[in-house]
Amino acid sequence: MTSATADVGAVDDGPLLRPEPPPNRRNLLGNLVRYRWLFLLLAPGVLYFALFRFWPMYGAQIAFRNYIPFLGIEGSEWVGWEHFQSFFSNPDFPRILGNTLILAALGLFIAFPLTIVLAMLLNEVRLQVLKRTVQTLVYIPHFLSWTVVVSLTGLLFAVGNGPLWTTLNDLLGSDTNFLADPDWFRPLILLQSIWKSTGWGTIIFLAALASVDQEQYEAAIIDGAGRWQRVWHVTLPAIRSTIVVMLILQTGNILDTGFEQIYLMSNALNRSVADVFDTYVYFTGIRQGAYSYSTAVGLAKAIVGLILIFGTNALAKRLKQPGIF
Amino acid sequence: MDRRTYQRFNTRAGRAFDAVNAVVLIGIGLLALLPFLYVLAGSLATELEITTRPFFVWPNEITTASYASILSSRVFVRAFVTTVVVTGVGTVIQLALTALMAYPLSKVDLPGRRTMMSLIVFCMVFSAGMIPTFLIVKELGLLNSYWALILPMAINPFSLIIIKNFFQELPKELEESARIDGANEIRILRSIVAPLSKPVLATFALFYAVGLWNDYMSPLLYLGDQDKWTLQMILRQVTASATLTADDMNSDVPPPAQGIKFAVVIVATIPVLLAYPFLQKHFAKGMLIGSVKG
Repeated sequence: MTSATADVGAVDDGPLLRPEPPPNRRNLLGNLVRYRWLFLLLAPGVLYFALFRFWPMYGAQIAFRNYIPFLGIEGSEWVGWEHFQSFFSNPDFPRILGNTLILAALGLFIAFPLTIVLAMLLNEVRLQVLKRTVQTLVYIPHFLSWTVVVSLTGLLFAVGNGPLWTTLNDLLGSDTNFLADPDWFRPLILLQSIWKSTGWGTIIFLAALASVDQEQYEAAIIDGAGRWQRVWHVTLPAIRSTIVVMLILQTGNILDTGFEQIYLMSNALNRSVADVFDTYVYFTGIRQGAYSYSTAVGLAKAIVGLILIFGTNALAKRLKQPGIF
Repeated sequence: MDRRTYQRFNTRAGRAFDAVNAVVLIGIGLLALLPFLYVLAGSLATELEITTRPFFVWPNEITTASYASILSSRVFVRAFVTTVVVTGVGTVIQLALTALMAYPLSKVDLPGRRTMMSLIVFCMVFSAGMIPTFLIVKELGLLNSYWALILPMAINPFSLIIIKNFFQELPKELEESARIDGANEIRILRSIVAPLSKPVLATFALFYAVGLWNDYMSPLLYLGDQDKWTLQMILRQVTASATLTADDMNSDVPPPAQGIKFAVVIVATIPVLLAYPFLQKHFAKGMLIGSVKG
């Protein structure tokens, strides 16, 4: 995700590659012949996008129907907004929305600033060996699967012999099973996310920091700026646009809690706080077979996400910040 | 930075900050590593040590009983082999599809290119969601097939755009001369563009491989048949519930119930850690290539 930020802007055409313009750009047949090899190379990818990206978008219309597999998509009865209405009037809805937003807020207000802080701490290191070693270590968790991370959590917090279960209960003077206690669900999710993603998240900020002109620091030093003043007046402004871009993406993904982590961490005891949109879609759709209803939930979520990402992008533009589009 | 400026950095407060910063960062680095070291030590420890010692990174008595136990499980070995094959085949297919599509899209005079790029970007901000995709996979008859783990996520739009941008920035002279010599686009891609892009392609091959290896959602959704489960599914089953099915173990002694959890986590992690040095060599560069323009 980190890498994505600026790439989106690179869709623009570069300079023309071939010196001579095509003989007749409007001539479809001529183009087909002229570009036949390129079209041939393009075909498998186009087929992929058609099958696995756009066909599902067409299929998402079952959110407005009572989908019965036997009748097919078009054959199923059209019911309009019924499934959306039943979701929004369902008591599950405020609970799921709340759970999702709380987890997103924890990510936005705790995990995200920690990423920036870690990037700035790494940036202050002048001993390159140390910097590279720490970077190598903190990137590793990003590559571990959620299954592994959740299993590690399970072993560390195992009742009876988990090292963190022992330590934390000794500290708090309690006897809690952290993995089953609803009060501990959110802290554990946040802890996992921080452990897994903070290191990796620094890459994009470190890249922005590496492009800061060293003369700016030297000039600041000559002007008598202390370390904090340099951080405040040189480092932070240098990564401000990166922060804005990352904030836009985070806001756009605010309803995306990540299915695997939440699903793997949820159990019968903590479902009240663990249910989020993604897991709710899974349980109602796959487990209970309510295809149309769950598609409506997923679609509502995706559309809100789309509005959020364009909204924050427009806001950033208005605030004279570079957006992502 | 010249010497005089450096010395102004090098004040007493500056050095104190550097020292504190170094200690904090080393601590953070260790935090990233310690849970894993504990599990590694636990996988090599006796059942008694795991249940009595709170935290350790070196077992008092080293035993491979846990590994012997999981390796004697047919369920586990089959899942491991399956995952290796799916990851290997899947990586080749996913990278090939991505690179083949990226190449024509890197040609700025390709008719319809802008439309296609817009559609691809649209796929990054909007997706139909879990259920419609599931129904298409079902419709295509891919349920309970390993293709369902590979094809639905075959082309990652982010990777596609980054590889496309990289192709676009390659020097054009070689391509042009090959074109004048009558080489077609497929030949140019194979013998000029691909060799020049090896580091980038290697990076994304590894990203795809890690994605396939780590994938839990696809097998959960698409593989109802337990006999087809991949390593991540087995890992989940072992660590969340009890053990590998007891009757599956070809052993007279009871399996070390705690130890196998530790050992399975390690086996599921080691391949990723082995790939990591190669990943690390290129990823920062690979990941940032595409963002140069932005």
